[in-house]
Amino acid sequence: MIGRALIHVPPTAKRGEVIEIKTMVAHVMETGYRIGVTGKPIPRDIIDQFVCTYNGEVVFRAKLFPAIAANPFISFFTVATESGTIALSWTDQHGATRVQTAAIKVE
Amino acid sequence: MAEKIQKNRRSRREVLKSAGALAGGAALMRIALRPAAATPATMQEAVRDFVGEAPIKKGRVKIDVPPIVENGNSVPCTVSVDSPMTATDYVKAIHVFNEKNPQPHVISVTLGPRAGRANFSTRIRLADSQAVTAIAELSDGTFWSGDVDVIVTLAACIEETTH
Repeated sequence: MIGRALIHVPPTAKRGEVIEIKTMVAHVMETGYRIGVTGKPIPRDIIDQFVCTYNGEVVFRAKLFPAIAANPFISFFTVATESGTIALSWTDQHGATRVQTAAIKVE
Repeated sequence: MAEKIQKNRRSRREVLKSAGALAGGAALMRIALRPAAATPATMQEAVRDFVGEAPIKKGRVKIDVPPIVENGNSVPCTVSVDSPMTATDYVKAIHVFNEKNPQPHVISVTLGPRAGRANFSTRIRLADSQAVTAIAELSDGTFWSGDVDVIVTLAACIEETTH
């Protein structure tokens, strides 16, 4: 299950400015390699896709593997081109998705 | 009496023999239970899956990871690529690999000129002291790589759970 997402997008920016977007989402990122108390491996449960769109256009995409720590933190950069919405979405291996959006005002 | 001792002796030998077989079996089981670790060779294979036959040049890619890590479960990792990130000269993708985790892949990132800066950070798991490699694919079709050695004192992935 994908938990709460924390994101940081600057609320305002100058046109053409490079802004940093920081994200963190609550998720166990179970690797599938750990053995539980019953002696059986704990099944894998990971978020494997992360996408950032800026007014509908994909600006950053990441494919995650079990080597990403629990509660995945990802930070990256993008150019503030116009006012609008930045949408961040996480998809787990079962296809469940969480979307978090932030508004940005570009002067 | 002597016959009885003889009998005991024989059975003792048998007991030892079966004990040896048992121990051998247990050792085999332990090997089977440990997840197969990625090796530098499997990492090279994973790299080739992404890169194909193209040559990989050293440089332009920088990985920032603390050189000594106490807890391999969460290791801050920043990858940056020296690129102007213009419409004609930009980084298309960055792939991060490791040598000794159960799987060689860590993360694959796709970006474009809209990124402004070819740089991202995340937190990764490291099962052992090892080398971490990042490969960047540029818009002109060339591949560049950078790597870093990390010492891990508490490993991730293989610890027992309590729940």
